[in-house]
Amino acid sequence: MPTFGNAQLKLLEKLCNIIAISGDEGEVRKIVLEEVKPYADEVKIDALGNVLAIKLGRTRSEKRMRVMLDAHMDEVGFIIVADDGEGIYRFETVGGIDVRHLVGKQVFVGKERTPAVIGARPIHLIKMDERTKKVPLDALRIDVGPAGKANVGDRAGFATRFRRVGPSIMAKSIDDRIGIATLIELFKQAPHNIDLCAAFSVQEEIGLRGAKVAAQYFNPDLAIAIDSTPANDLPLHDGSENMTYNTKLGFGPAIYIADGSTLHNPRLVRFLQETAEAERIPYQFRQPGGGGTDSGAIQRSLAGIPTVSVSVPHRYTHSPISISRLDDWKNTINLLQAALKRITPELVAIH
Amino acid sequence: MTDILPFLKSLISVSGISGYETPVANLIAEKWGPLVNEMSLSRVGSLHGLKRGTHKSPRPSLMIATHMDAIGMRVSKIVDGFLHITNVGGIDVRVLPGAEVTVHATGSNEELPAVIVMPPARFLPESAGNGVLAIDHLLVDTGLLPREVERKVRVGDLVSFANEPFELAGDVISGHTVDNRASVAALTVCLEELQNKSHAWDVWAVATVQEEVTYLGAYSSAFELLPQIAIVVDGTFAKGPGANGWQTFPMGKGVGLGIGPNMHPFLHQKLKELAERLEIPWFPDVMPTDSGTDAFAVQVTAEGIPTALVEFPIRYMHTPVESAAVKDIQRVGRLLAEFVLSLEADFVDTIVWE
Repeated sequence: MPTFGNAQLKLLEKLCNIIAISGDEGEVRKIVLEEVKPYADEVKIDALGNVLAIKLGRTRSEKRMRVMLDAHMDEVGFIIVADDGEGIYRFETVGGIDVRHLVGKQVFVGKERTPAVIGARPIHLIKMDERTKKVPLDALRIDVGPAGKANVGDRAGFATRFRRVGPSIMAKSIDDRIGIATLIELFKQAPHNIDLCAAFSVQEEIGLRGAKVAAQYFNPDLAIAIDSTPANDLPLHDGSENMTYNTKLGFGPAIYIADGSTLHNPRLVRFLQETAEAERIPYQFRQPGGGGTDSGAIQRSLAGIPTVSVSVPHRYTHSPISISRLDDWKNTINLLQAALKRITPELVAIH
Repeated sequence: MTDILPFLKSLISVSGISGYETPVANLIAEKWGPLVNEMSLSRVGSLHGLKRGTHKSPRPSLMIATHMDAIGMRVSKIVDGFLHITNVGGIDVRVLPGAEVTVHATGSNEELPAVIVMPPARFLPESAGNGVLAIDHLLVDTGLLPREVERKVRVGDLVSFANEPFELAGDVISGHTVDNRASVAALTVCLEELQNKSHAWDVWAVATVQEEVTYLGAYSSAFELLPQIAIVVDGTFAKGPGANGWQTFPMGKGVGLGIGPNMHPFLHQKLKELAERLEIPWFPDVMPTDSGTDAFAVQVTAEGIPTALVEFPIRYMHTPVESAAVKDIQRVGRLLAEFVLSLEADFVDTIVWE
């Protein structure tokens, strides 16, 4: 079992607190490079900004599978689109954000992390019927203060700070910094039976764009997308059973069977399940349904790549604060670590 | 003039929801202690600081009232480890989803970090709609296991906003309780200005409770202290995104002086003349009926008290990112101090009606 402790938690905290909106992943890229370089046989930054790192195995090369592990560096957020003057800026969302999460939030803008707020017309000055209506995006502004300056094109993200509370963590962008932290850990402890091809990919939130070219570069034998998926394990208003929870916190890593973009490779699904059971690692199946991960782009690359996804569940996706369980993360690392060690050419062989 | 920003930041970093003002009252008492001659609490928890005047007894007194309470929420029900909430004061539900809060858990006497969340529409009755969710459809998640929540949290426990103060470029402070802790800061500036200066009148520096719900503190402190005149300090609306009407004023460009039935016209006139003499920029803030401030209560206490309203503009009022210019807060403090210094012993007798 890999070690898991304060160092991993500190790294996750650092990753969640920085801002890296799709297309502007530099802050995460910096940390990833620092972390993986000393362990890598090869590292490159490709044309889109993906960090692609290879750690070669040590067993006989014809026995070694090329295994691509992917986690995306980007997060949903904002981009400044126009200057209204006096420190007030118009913005657009990047990635799927419910506009109802925006009023009254603190954000950081640009590379200098300029503090700013998203306000709204005060409740005292709006009509009764307006109080229950969503404030549309075009009525919202980012305010950096009257003497402040931002640039059109600057990205902005929620200013939420990482916290550890009881068995959980609360942070922004757990999706997918927890995948990045997982992949860094797996890379550092890569087993010798495979060539580990790590794609720290860009632009997942706007169409799985980084993973596509990463897969085309690596040309792997199989791939696993490591992401974070919603846990909608909330009570229903009438007390009836929640049948559409997607995943539940505390039930272990979520293995995908089918989502909106992928029918996950059945042999790999079974392989992960068997690994978890053999190693007594808790796991859950993500309820088949919509949504998707980088696996959707990876499996369709080249001549097709057997692909599966594993996610750490989190509540409150794409909102200022998400919540995950530390045990689920730990078990995700354990499951993937154990699975990598068991990979043989037989796993995806064509008979 | 001393730098009030550090104190203001500490004021907007503590809770003090209406009816439960002790955390902020303690902070204010500590700050005012060295600045006043006497300090006491009213029966309902308002803080009274007396800065004695020099005129012979019986001395006239001026009350300067700033409310210290904050709007917030409280736990109404606990289901599977999730908290349902209800409002304390005029909460704008539009700001709640995704807001960082603190649950003041009385079962374990702990402050639990938490977040307010929106359940997916399919988990709610159809009547909840797809727009802004009513407060009773929202949940609070502490990240703890249900059995821990059951042990620590009780129905009725308070839930306060928890985001930390932000300083925005251009000397602007932003946070969840700028209304009305910034007025407490302005009154503190006034008390600091009055140190080692002699003034004829007694000054009652008052931090009132429960303005956001019933004006309880204003009614009761005015009655207990029976000042000859009173000045209430509160925020008004700043111009900003979505706010450009006649009720709004530029942030950082001066202090507001209330005009309307809640405010005594003679006091308004005196404050206006003083501001002009001191070259403190000011603007008239017309309040056609109820000012919506402690002045509404103070004015009709006992046999009636001549009352004025001094203000500073706040952007995004009743959101967790209420923002105000520190310069305006300093200006209010200075105007208050100069007003105290200008009071002759017989000022009350000079009050005339047109």
